[in-house]
Amino acid sequence: MSNLLAIFITLAIIQNFIVVQFLGLCPFFGVTKRLRDAFSMGVALIIVMTVAGAAGWIITEYVLKPYNVVYLNNVVYILVIATMVQITEMFIKRTNATLYNSFGIYLPLITTNCAVLGLLFINLKEEYNFAEAIFSSIGSAVGFMLVMAIMAGIREKLDIADPPRSFRGLPQAIFVAMMLGLIFGGFTGVVKI
Amino acid sequence: MVLGPKWKGDGMSTLRASAAQFKNGIIKENALFVLVLGNCSALAVTLGVDRSLAYSGGLAFVMVGTGIIVSLIRKITPNIVRIPVYIVIVAAFVTVVDLVFMAFLPDIWDLLGIYLPLLTVNCIVLARAEVFASKRGIALSVADALGMAFGFMLAMLIITIPRVLLGDGQLIIFGSTVVTLPTLSDQPIKIFVYAPGAFLVMGLLHGLFRRIGVVKSE
Repeated sequence: MSNLLAIFITLAIIQNFIVVQFLGLCPFFGVTKRLRDAFSMGVALIIVMTVAGAAGWIITEYVLKPYNVVYLNNVVYILVIATMVQITEMFIKRTNATLYNSFGIYLPLITTNCAVLGLLFINLKEEYNFAEAIFSSIGSAVGFMLVMAIMAGIREKLDIADPPRSFRGLPQAIFVAMMLGLIFGGFTGVVKI
Repeated sequence: MVLGPKWKGDGMSTLRASAAQFKNGIIKENALFVLVLGNCSALAVTLGVDRSLAYSGGLAFVMVGTGIIVSLIRKITPNIVRIPVYIVIVAAFVTVVDLVFMAFLPDIWDLLGIYLPLLTVNCIVLARAEVFASKRGIALSVADALGMAFGFMLAMLIITIPRVLLGDGQLIIFGSTVVTLPTLSDQPIKIFVYAPGAFLVMGLLHGLFRRIGVVKSE
């Protein structure tokens, strides 16, 4: 159990996907202009990453490894992710129309998010068992949402700031990311696996 | 002359258009600094000149391969499933690059880690397949892919060199030390090799390119 918690905290905070491992920077800079959007994206990502993490693990263990075709992981994983995004989208559309509308375009965009594919590669590389894979999926997704929300909150305040003209917009956002990186990097060594 | 003016003209215009398309990707539509695509790998991989060059080479191969195939099948791909089709093509080429690197460049393959297979979701490849190769002929698509990859390589080098110089104090290219900074090589500013340094260099470069007018300010 403590092992699972360690994986969760490591991936959520110490090895944070966005600001430490640079996975999923496109939505990080693209969708964090408003807090509401960032939050929706984060929730969508938690759902998709958990589902895709579980599906990816099952397929790796019961299809790729028995047939000795692990080298096909890239093609298989991207199809698993695309399928899982589609299924999640249909499920949410049927069960909760309000939530579905709030996701808008962000849900299909998750297919090409580095974070999801990166997560599956990390799960494969670290040879996690099923419980560990689930915890690493949820942990990294929660860390992703955390940083997205912090970033959006800061950027909403930054709108009224007055930086030099050439640093307005994206460069400014990158500097905020740098400071978040410093903060999250400060947690290094808190947890030992 | 054996070639009629018409033939000659056609060949020349394709060549000229291809050259223009190649140049387009280097500065005017630079993937990293203008289109802002493929940031993840650019920040993670730029810890050494060898690594950046190898990664860009892999990207060039994937982009050219994808460009050719997507351009060839552009008339028979059903519109509704085009994105899944493209992404499987990209993933296939990335697998080739991954296996080739694993076999012939094991050191660099080790250093690149998960970022090499993550070429699949590097937005530039899919973006150019969707925006460009799916609508144009092979020659133009290849020129575009090469231009984009070359522009990406230049951008990666621009990020890599300050990071490595400040973070390690010395510049090592293919095993030979090219530059050694006097004080910094003893006490390097380590933060530049970690994540915050990558963001710092990236942010400063973005600001600089906006200041000198390569990129439009917001």
